[in-house]
Amino acid sequence: MRSKKNNIFYGIDWVLVLFYFVLVFIGWINIYSATITEDQLGLINLSSEYGKQIIWIGLSIPLIIFIFMFEAKFYEKYASILYLISLTSLAGLFILGKNINGATSWYNFGIFSLQPSEFAKAATALAMAKLVSDKQFNLKKFNTQVQALLILFFPAILITLQPDPGSALVYTAFIFVLYREGLPAYHITISFIAILLFIITLTFGYINTLIGSFLAFLLILLFFNFYRKKAFKKGWLKIIGVYLVSALFIFSVDFVFNHVFEQRHRDRFNILLGKTSDIKSIGYNTDQSVTTIASGGLFGKGFLEGERTQGDFVPEQQTDYIFTTIGEEWGFIGSSLVIILFVLFLLRIIQIAERQKSKFSRVYGYSIAAIFFTHVTINIGMVIGMLPTIGIPLPFFSYGGSALWGFTVLLFIFIRLDANRTYEW
Amino acid sequence: MKRPGLLSFLIIFIGIAYIIRLFYLQVIDNSYNIPTLNNSAVKITYDYPERGYIYDRNGILLVANQLSYDIMIIPREVKPLDTVEFCSLLKITKEDFIKKYTKAVHYSTRIPSTFVQQLSKNDFAFLQEKMHKFRGFYIQKRSLRQYPIKSAPNVLGYISEVNERMIEKNPYYQLGELIGTAGVEKTYEDDLRGTKGVKYIQRNRFNKEIGPYKNGIYDTLAIPGNDISLTIDTKLQQYGEALMANKRGGIVAIEPSSGEILALVSTPTYDPNLMVGRERSKNFTKLYLDSISKPLFDRGLQAQYPPGSPFKIFTALAALQEKAIDTHTSVKCFGGYKYGSGKNAFMKCHCGTYGSPVELNKAIYRSCNSYFANAYKRIIEKHATPYEGMNAWNKHAESFGLGNYLNNDLSVGKKGLIPDGDYYNRYYPNGRWRASTTISNSIGQGEVLTTPIQLANLTATVANRGFYFTPHIVKKIKGKEIDKKYTVPNYTTIDKKYFEPVIEGLFDVFENPKGTASWSRVKGIEICGKTGTAENPHGQDHSIFIAFAPKDNPKIAIAVFVENGYWGSRWAGPIATLMIEKYLNGETSRPWEEERMLNGSLQDEYDKQLKEITEIEE
Repeated sequence: MRSKKNNIFYGIDWVLVLFYFVLVFIGWINIYSATITEDQLGLINLSSEYGKQIIWIGLSIPLIIFIFMFEAKFYEKYASILYLISLTSLAGLFILGKNINGATSWYNFGIFSLQPSEFAKAATALAMAKLVSDKQFNLKKFNTQVQALLILFFPAILITLQPDPGSALVYTAFIFVLYREGLPAYHITISFIAILLFIITLTFGYINTLIGSFLAFLLILLFFNFYRKKAFKKGWLKIIGVYLVSALFIFSVDFVFNHVFEQRHRDRFNILLGKTSDIKSIGYNTDQSVTTIASGGLFGKGFLEGERTQGDFVPEQQTDYIFTTIGEEWGFIGSSLVIILFVLFLLRIIQIAERQKSKFSRVYGYSIAAIFFTHVTINIGMVIGMLPTIGIPLPFFSYGGSALWGFTVLLFIFIRLDANRTYEW
Repeated sequence: MKRPGLLSFLIIFIGIAYIIRLFYLQVIDNSYNIPTLNNSAVKITYDYPERGYIYDRNGILLVANQLSYDIMIIPREVKPLDTVEFCSLLKITKEDFIKKYTKAVHYSTRIPSTFVQQLSKNDFAFLQEKMHKFRGFYIQKRSLRQYPIKSAPNVLGYISEVNERMIEKNPYYQLGELIGTAGVEKTYEDDLRGTKGVKYIQRNRFNKEIGPYKNGIYDTLAIPGNDISLTIDTKLQQYGEALMANKRGGIVAIEPSSGEILALVSTPTYDPNLMVGRERSKNFTKLYLDSISKPLFDRGLQAQYPPGSPFKIFTALAALQEKAIDTHTSVKCFGGYKYGSGKNAFMKCHCGTYGSPVELNKAIYRSCNSYFANAYKRIIEKHATPYEGMNAWNKHAESFGLGNYLNNDLSVGKKGLIPDGDYYNRYYPNGRWRASTTISNSIGQGEVLTTPIQLANLTATVANRGFYFTPHIVKKIKGKEIDKKYTVPNYTTIDKKYFEPVIEGLFDVFENPKGTASWSRVKGIEICGKTGTAENPHGQDHSIFIAFAPKDNPKIAIAVFVENGYWGSRWAGPIATLMIEKYLNGETSRPWEEERMLNGSLQDEYDKQLKEITEIEE
């Protein structure tokens, strides 16, 4: 027993490890293509971005070993402390941080910079797992709901203030975790309806939406009247109330959009909803990325053959828009293969999370699945023009050491927790 | 749905949704088609080869190239500049500047467009030193045509910018490129222009060039244009233009043994250099709008006149072939030919043989209308119906290349008109027409129309005794044989033996003291020819002459047409014989005649006509 316990690789889920390395490898191939320049330099070269990235990838192996060196118990025990350290590092940015591209998200250490928000996700997931696994924990209670919300609120608000609202948005992923652990369904239902009404209002205008939703509610009322008369007698007042609240919401969407949002925010939504087509200025990124992907065709143009990638047409291609390289050079075959890889990877995490005996491990696993899912959905959705421009990285693909390490930490803590599943501590 | 399943469901759902979206973008949707994508990422530049030179048959350079300089603009790179200085350097006004700038911006802010075309060398020299001050503008070198000899603009043609219709038809061309639009420049465009070289240059999103696209594997080198030698004899051409000065008309001279066009004159002519450079479009408009003297109208190729008496040669040949007459058939002429019962059914004749029998030989050198009207009638009436007779006559005429395009390498041409049975059936639907109805055809009047080149070709055919080579203008193209169709003889339907008596008649036009051109005889050269006067209902008659020489082994066949030149021997005859002399002997033995032709002017005649026209219009 002891010898097994001493072996830090014992019980590791090699499937996930394999997924990790495959994704990182494909990612690096595309970073190479997106950042290679005329003068061919060696692969490990600090002046090129693909060279830097290969160093970050190389250094992630000692990082993984370092993560494995700690007992699974350590992560549960010190979750709160790690969370506090993480919050402190986020707060510290306001004093010591370095401003890059208008956001104070970085600590500068001379030869490299670190972005604490990438690591805060892991810390928050640990804290959330700790909270939910508490025996007193009951999501039906208002108190508990507030506690859970606060754990998310602190990192999210600190990141929003940097300002990096995209990264803060990732914390909404935890709603899936909380729902899984017993948060009443109407929380999700209400958010879903709100998002739907939001989009419809912006697309069709608030007057049309008001009329349309009124007709929809009328239909629901009729349905209840004819088929569930009993429920109807009790609920019709409630239904009218819901409609009034929705109407209020529709008005406020219109108000917020036109009077609270700044023009650049409005632009992002307008481009997405197809209301603006000024591809030269505001929609430039989306237009470039969509055309680049589309130009790949079924089979793509081949490695290093994408003229739009080589021509550096897509801004930030090696970071947030790395998926365009896949789209152009590897075509529909390559890009859908990457999506399938991500789907399988996420399903594997959920599968492993569900087999955990420890609630802490399960909640943590579920959290990272939700976080990865949110990242992938928002990033690819933005690049293929289905979501507004929200700059967050594609896990394991986007260039950047902090992002890569952040995702590595997120994943390998879970693999470490899972490796321990056969032992109860 | 059970709670743990929601996230898995969403993951699969989003995965499928994104794959469908990608399928739509990358496989189905064609609106992101490749060409426009490539246009922004890959810049295509062209390397224009030098256009081929054009020489005459003796190696005299007719068309060369000169360098010119275009000012190009890339609007997005333009920085504020001293417009006053810039405009004065370019010799444009500020309004022009604003107009051109707006136009360029409207076209594209990224793609270069031409700002000012074809600067002269002097303007360029001044501008070049100051060019660095004007960001967003650059100078592009271009090759323009240059004409060392101010002659034969109708033959040489000119080049101009392609228009959108041409681009649609031929994707080789891009907006702003030059293409031959007339003359030899047009018909031999592919040979003269060569093939432009293409370079693909990879650009990044700032439009900055970052090197050859795919290491230049798609790049091609420019292939220079081929030089062309024309069949034109420059000296003869220039001489013809000089003789035709102040007279409207055309001269076509052909070498019968090869079909090579020795001279192709159309007057009034103009300096081909007018069609070059910045002034081109202005000059072109001026020439184009001159609806009175029509300098752009090639009278040698496009003008359709009734041929008049020279057409009697054909009537004679057709009648001999049809055995409607023989060389001894004689006709008595009493000052004309009565072809019907009506009072006006009378064709006048000025042959002056009053009552004495006229045989073929005399009929030709005296140009007797009665004789040929008779011969024509016999041809038609040899057949069962006038319809069949007409068609038989028409078939003979068409074998001479009359009534249709010659299908040669000249960029313009006209069919002329040789009527057939159907033609008259259309005019007389109940079939009530006879030989006498169409009798004017016999003497080249009536419905018959020919162009001077067709008439010259008829002459060459007679000179060859029964065949012709399609008249053509190009002798040699570097590294390429000329089209085979110019080296294969076209035989007529007339047997060789019938040509000799006719040629004797044509010879006697000069040699017989009573011949219609006897005073145009040239010592030492045996010329065969025929005068012609084509009745012109719109004014003074046209003067026509056809001739070939020498009689045996002919070297030149010529047709001359002088608009409103009264009668054949007044203008066209002397001009034709002077041309023949010049070609065969290099100089004339009749300087007084030459003098008279060089200085003679029909301008008064044209002015009179113009006055009449304006009076009528008023």
